[in-house]
Amino acid sequence: MSDEEDDIVLSELSNEELVQQMHDDLYDGLKDEILEGVNILLERGWEPYKVLTEALVEGMRIVGIDFRDGILFVPEVLLAANAMKGGMGILKPLLAETGAPKQGKMVIGTVKGDIHDIGKNLVSMMMEGAGFEVVDLGINNPAENYLEALEKEDADILGMSALLTTTMPYMKVVIDELKAKGIRENYVVLVGGAPLNEEFGKAIGADAYCRDAAVAVETAKEYMAQRTHNQ
Amino acid sequence: MRRGSAKRDRTVESITLPPDYLADDALATRDVDIPLGAKSAPRTLLIACGALAREILAIIEINRFTDIALECLPANLHNHPERIPEAVREKVRAARSRGIEDVHVVYADCGTGGLLDRVCEEEGVTRIAGPHCYAFFDGLDAFASRSEEEIGALFLTDFFVRQFDTLLWKGLGMDRHPELRDMYFGNYDRVVHLAQTNDPALDTKARAAADRLGLRYVRRKTGYGELVDFVTRAASS
Repeated sequence: MSDEEDDIVLSELSNEELVQQMHDDLYDGLKDEILEGVNILLERGWEPYKVLTEALVEGMRIVGIDFRDGILFVPEVLLAANAMKGGMGILKPLLAETGAPKQGKMVIGTVKGDIHDIGKNLVSMMMEGAGFEVVDLGINNPAENYLEALEKEDADILGMSALLTTTMPYMKVVIDELKAKGIRENYVVLVGGAPLNEEFGKAIGADAYCRDAAVAVETAKEYMAQRTHNQ
Repeated sequence: MRRGSAKRDRTVESITLPPDYLADDALATRDVDIPLGAKSAPRTLLIACGALAREILAIIEINRFTDIALECLPANLHNHPERIPEAVREKVRAARSRGIEDVHVVYADCGTGGLLDRVCEEEGVTRIAGPHCYAFFDGLDAFASRSEEEIGALFLTDFFVRQFDTLLWKGLGMDRHPELRDMYFGNYDRVVHLAQTNDPALDTKARAAADRLGLRYVRRKTGYGELVDFVTRAASS
């Protein structure tokens, strides 16, 4: 980092400059700077939802694009996500108080036999950032966990994640269980994870395969818009 | 005649491999072609992950297989499994263009989600069975039967123990950002070292790797497992 960059004082920046700087800080995974930036914008009277969407979600969108293009790799994305998570920690209780547009509700979890949750956690965070309510079931979930949560939470979307070739077929078990109970059409089913692809998603009967968190958010929004339109 | 005998290709014995052929750093990051004979176009070609080079060569040498060559793709493709299928296809087609028809792929599925199998089918080559090299070293049935008990296991073969710093610690950015460790491995509970060889120095290194990840250490001697059968079948096909 150059001396010039060291001299940046976030509180002295205009709103526009600060938001740009927060995008850079998010890109560089600088959690402390993100926390400071969020607090400054709130002190300046910004609505929590505006801080979330313009500073954090937009910053992570840029990170996501560069990850997709092979410019950033997993470690950098994780650091950026960690920084965003810090900012979300400040904003979440405020969003609950002030109210923010609600997109829908998602139940998400890593499938049975699989303990990998990095991708799932990224999706959860980005979905929350986009205004979805997310119920995260964690890792190693048998079908009954998903089914119980979908019903209990009156969810719109089911998200399933797997990192292993050996565990990804379990997604079909869950979807078949939904079909067997006659409730498959009640939910949008999105699947993701490193070894998956679009063809696999179709083959198991999911609505969509999402290659990354940004695609998951966009896909979820599209399906929710269709649902609203069809109601 | 593929097994060692009076008829075997004598050129095999005279081969001196350049030392960097088996340097782990080279196998981790570069394409490495090992002809194992004087012929420019051997009858059989194995296209493998660099992480398996030493083990495959050991099997070839022990059994004195001849007229066979080995070409390895960089082991660090493990960090980008989506690139494996097309990299393998390129190698297969290059081999065919040199007149080598008998081509075998020594990759497990390796996180390609079936796409590597599709490439193998399209190109008319066989692939060693299994989801990961860990599984065929351990034995596919045994590995599958322990999947529930070992759900929290990070498996390291000898190669990955030797390359722990390069491929895992640095490859996943933990040298620069140690705080990432628990984001990657917070749900794991043990390192299982699937040992191909008896090497106390390697065991010590594996234990140290487990310590750095904050996981308990388990060692299981597997030898070369089902890799032996596959290489033998390829050499005898």
